Amino acid sequence: MSVLNGVSYGLLLFMLSAGLTLIFSMMGVLNFAHASFYMLGAYFAYQVSEWSNFWVAFVLAPMLVAVLGGVFERTVLRKTHKFGHVAELLVTFGLSFVILEIVQLIWGRTPVDYKVPAALDGSLFKLYNAAFPEYRAFMMFVAIGMLASLFLVLKKTRIGLVIQAALTHPETTEALGHNVPRVFALVFAGGCALAGLAGVIGGNAFITEPGMAQAVGAIIFVVVVVGGMGSLGGALVASLLIGLMQTFAVGLDWSFIGGFQALGVEVTPETFGYPVWKLKLSQVAPILPYLLLVVMLIVRPKGIMGTRDE
Amino acid sequence: MSSTALKPLHFKPLNGVRIVVWSAFAVILLLLPLAAQSSFALTLLCLTGIAAIACMSYNMLLGQAGMLSFGHAVYTGLGTFVAIHAMNKVAGGWWLPMWMIPLVGGLAGLAFGALLGFVTTRKAGTPFSMITLGVGELVFAAALMFPEFFGGEAGINANRTAGEGWLKDLGLTFGPQIQVYYLIAIYLFVCTAAMYAFTQTPLGRIANAVRDNAERAEFVGYDTRWVRYLIVMASSFFAGVAGGLTAINVEAATADLLHGVRSGGYLLFTFLGGVGFFFGPIIGAILLIFALVVLSEFTKAWQLYVGIVFLIMVVYAPGGFSALIMLNLRRVKYGEWRKMRWPYAGMLFFGLIALWGFAAIVEMLYQIQVAAGSGSALTVAKIPLDAASSLSWVTAIAVLLIGGFGFEVWRRKFKKVWDDGEERIAEAIKKAEAAIV
Repeated sequence: MSVLNGVSYGLLLFMLSAGLTLIFSMMGVLNFAHASFYMLGAYFAYQVSEWSNFWVAFVLAPMLVAVLGGVFERTVLRKTHKFGHVAELLVTFGLSFVILEIVQLIWGRTPVDYKVPAALDGSLFKLYNAAFPEYRAFMMFVAIGMLASLFLVLKKTRIGLVIQAALTHPETTEALGHNVPRVFALVFAGGCALAGLAGVIGGNAFITEPGMAQAVGAIIFVVVVVGGMGSLGGALVASLLIGLMQTFAVGLDWSFIGGFQALGVEVTPETFGYPVWKLKLSQVAPILPYLLLVVMLIVRPKGIMGTRDE
Repeated sequence: MSSTALKPLHFKPLNGVRIVVWSAFAVILLLLPLAAQSSFALTLLCLTGIAAIACMSYNMLLGQAGMLSFGHAVYTGLGTFVAIHAMNKVAGGWWLPMWMIPLVGGLAGLAFGALLGFVTTRKAGTPFSMITLGVGELVFAAALMFPEFFGGEAGINANRTAGEGWLKDLGLTFGPQIQVYYLIAIYLFVCTAAMYAFTQTPLGRIANAVRDNAERAEFVGYDTRWVRYLIVMASSFFAGVAGGLTAINVEAATADLLHGVRSGGYLLFTFLGGVGFFFGPIIGAILLIFALVVLSEFTKAWQLYVGIVFLIMVVYAPGGFSALIMLNLRRVKYGEWRKMRWPYAGMLFFGLIALWGFAAIVEMLYQIQVAAGSGSALTVAKIPLDAASSLSWVTAIAVLLIGGFGFEVWRRKFKKVWDDGEERIAEAIKKAEAAIV
């Protein structure tokens, strides 16, 4: 059961980090506001499903987020391109501030009541007396479907070909008559749409509140670094790894004390370093992704599947 | 270029301009409390002084070495915590004069810089930023896990008047805020001088080289990672000093000090102040305290305004306020400033009108969303509005549109005048250079 929960959480992380990775590997821009677009997706979905229903929101909200992302790329981000990557990172950082405040202005500071649709609000099957919600299965289905279509678009279509060409050889692609800035805007909008879609299906599975962007923002950065900057495959592996790690850790009460006892060493509150030894695995769950990041940087700085080493 | 090649260079660390500037800085620090009439103003001065050290230490990373860190509050915050614990040890009988507590904070910052910097500096550029963010989250989350050291949600307290020593007998107890102010002022002056001197050292210069072209610096034979590591350590030392001063100033520490929002604040305001000039972060620190203490009193939505100002600055004035000041000073020097008076006045006039319209909309939204309990009436710049009446909304939107339109018209005029002037200045500089050769 934990495996399935972990995989569904990991796939959600992947949907987020896929867009981030795509934008990063193409434009060299780390979109700091990526998690903010995820939040916007959840809020748009909430608003649209209030007006009509979830399925309309499911289609409409990612498109709205994509439009916003595209407009931002054209009007603001492109202007900072000439100042270099630091300015681009800063401008998305500023955007994340502004989006957070605007969300609070429109929807308030408390969580909104964005519910799982009734059609999916049941348990799919039972395993060892624990119910697996239908909605989790739906999440996994959407994530895998998105992954497959992303793969098909990038590898099998003409647009995908142009995107891949623009990724490695922008000048040549431009010389061949393709509008590379427009391709960039398209990729940025597409990445934002992925984040928005993740928000639509993640917002009601977890909680839709102004703090949700910050909660997930740092984790997806960890995913991208651990997976290797700019590698989609690495991002998938890292997302699943972190998803599984966090779900398992929350359910386990292991601590160093138990480990020492198994080895025949007794640990008491007087032992040196007791505050560290007494921590349970479930308590340290929030910091596990970051510990993974630190270990990864020491052991293998370029990430799981990274190639570029700066 | 050609003018410097002809004159032999002499190393004169104490030239006339520097003596004047630094003496003026010292005199200002000395006299500022006289201008501060209330205890509130004195508190503001203390906070600004500490923030100035923190922002300048941040600029060692961003301005000097081109490293965009999202985790600077880790070093200031840990400096505060260690300093608070040191203060409690002093109260428990350790011998340590209270004025040395900021140094304890600095050493703590240095130690954590050496520890965490080892990991973060493995990468440069964008990955460095992401890793500092991750490490910042790690430290913040870990702080909540060790209530023994960090005091959990409540935090820990200390007493700055504790301890013995001959300074005590002279009346220097650090009880009154004015004594704390002068302690901060002395630290600010010394740290500013030290950080400025650091920019002139070979290491400081190599940091610039690594910022501008890491590949070439590596090719010349410098280990860029080692340079980054040293810069992070130096920067976290000064950040720790700022943290130690915070410990003395507020006598308490909570885990909030380590939070990413605080790191983001340092980044935001250092950038607003300007990373290109050494004094930029001081302007940034003044803005930081102004926004944090004064602006947040006026409006709940202050972060929105700060965020929008930040976005506009990144796009249109990436040098920050210090660069704006320097560019206008250059205009004055070449006699070009007078032509810009009207465009400036026009932009200011319509900009204020547009700002009022925008602020009215934002404040009315806030009144509905966040402060709904206290009715729908509010005032924006003394003008009464009602968030429930459509007249207020129509007025606000109309004012915003009129102001925005007028601003855009004057902005175009301004751009023309500005670009013309820029051309003439470039020509004048060229002529002056030709005359020397």
